[in-house]
Amino acid sequence: MDYALEVENLSVKYDNNYALKNITMSIKEGDYLGIIGPNGGGKTTLLKAILNLIDHNCTKINFFGKNFSETQQLISYVPQISKVDRTYPISVIEVVLGSKLKKSLNPFYRYTKQDRENALESLNMVGIKHLASRQIQKLSGGEFQRLLIARAIAVSPKLLLLDEPTANVDPASRNIIYDLLDKLNNEGVTIIMVSHDTMAISSKVKNIACISEDLIYHGGPQLSQNVIDKMYGCPIDLLAHGVPHRVLPQHKH
Amino acid sequence: MLNIILNYHFIQNAIIASILSSIVCGIIGTIIIEKKLILMGGGIAHTAYGGVGLSYLLNINPLIGAMGFSLIAALGIGKVRKTNIKHSDVIIALFWSLGMALGILFISFMDGYPPDMNSYLFGNILSVSNFDLIAMGVLTFIVLAILSIFFEDWKIYLFDEEMAKVNGLNTTFLEYTLLILIALSVVILIRVSGIIMLIALLCAPSATAALVSEKLNSRMGISILIGLFNSLFGLLLSYTLDIASGASIVILSVIVYALVYLFKKKTSIKNGK
Repeated sequence: MDYALEVENLSVKYDNNYALKNITMSIKEGDYLGIIGPNGGGKTTLLKAILNLIDHNCTKINFFGKNFSETQQLISYVPQISKVDRTYPISVIEVVLGSKLKKSLNPFYRYTKQDRENALESLNMVGIKHLASRQIQKLSGGEFQRLLIARAIAVSPKLLLLDEPTANVDPASRNIIYDLLDKLNNEGVTIIMVSHDTMAISSKVKNIACISEDLIYHGGPQLSQNVIDKMYGCPIDLLAHGVPHRVLPQHKH
Repeated sequence: MLNIILNYHFIQNAIIASILSSIVCGIIGTIIIEKKLILMGGGIAHTAYGGVGLSYLLNINPLIGAMGFSLIAALGIGKVRKTNIKHSDVIIALFWSLGMALGILFISFMDGYPPDMNSYLFGNILSVSNFDLIAMGVLTFIVLAILSIFFEDWKIYLFDEEMAKVNGLNTTFLEYTLLILIALSVVILIRVSGIIMLIALLCAPSATAALVSEKLNSRMGISILIGLFNSLFGLLLSYTLDIASGASIVILSVIVYALVYLFKKKTSIKNGK
């Protein structure tokens, strides 16, 4: 089987501290990987380094066996909602249409009818087609998150990276998002999702990785107490399906 | 009034200069507000003073020196901002005062009486020369052309730079071009409002427009109209009340912003928002 993403010896330094150290991982095509880890553990940094958005060192980052610039059209990204300017004067459909700008510069570009139909189709997939002409300032958190996902899938990616796609999202939106990700994964899209939504991680994804400076565990979605201890640096309860996230009960130091 | 406009060449120049500066302020002002680059604009403007001083020393048109210094400041600040965002306000502050210091230094090197720098510090739209006007016209055309040619690219770049990069847009080109456009805008505005008050002219009309419009294109358009009103009406006030034109335009710009802000606040309270 081919790999959608191969990362070898990836390190990221902020000033003199390692945010990530010698991360090596391989993600098979068609995988649905959940990445968890403590706050500040480098989850977002990992995605950004993979996407070449921040300075990093590595011996290899390959997508579908090729480098980033050759496969850029196959990759898409959903950034953390809090990092996107929600007051910017732009309409919902314009945000999605933006992903249709294919070239590095698009002089005198006018969106085609096809572009618009595709964009509306993406909005429809996340259930906000009716909001197409609305300005983004007027969207709720859940609607805005779904918009970011619509924008990402509008390019028909083969690999989709998501950073906390269900943080601060209403339950209805969350269900829509997970159902859509399931559907995309069934259609062959490889998904890598960073999340602290552990309920979803264990019930939705195929594989799980834990990250805290270095990647510790990578495998099936059943975590052992040992891994969790190592990850978070102190014992916490393992999380069960349907049980709200309890952090650091019976914490002894 | 029409008589005055028709009879006095300097009034005609002032009106054309107002129109050009309003266009530039409307467009670039909207962008720097969205990109939170207002302070940087101030830094670039003040650095330009060094260029004005050097131009006097070399006996060339001060706008040429101002342009050189603005471009260096824009690209220098931009470069530091890219590598270390934490230090960007330090660098802006240093450029800001270094530019002013160099201006003073260059002027002090000149023989005889120092020239009157007031029109560059505080602006004097009534003394805009034909050369200034041509320079302003060419720069305004460049700013307009570059923005409209790549309008869709700009719209997405300004909204979400990272996503634009992931999607394959040439964000490095857009970033540095934007810095250059800000530098050119500063040069266009120096004659109108002067270095010290330039930043108000650059952002007040756009900030006012942002209060009333939610769309990027219309925000730019409304901002141009507000800028035009501010500068023409400010010019009229300056003429009739015999006060400095730069000051009257800037004061009017701030008053208009404050009125729209208060009006909006009042109506949104009424609407229960």
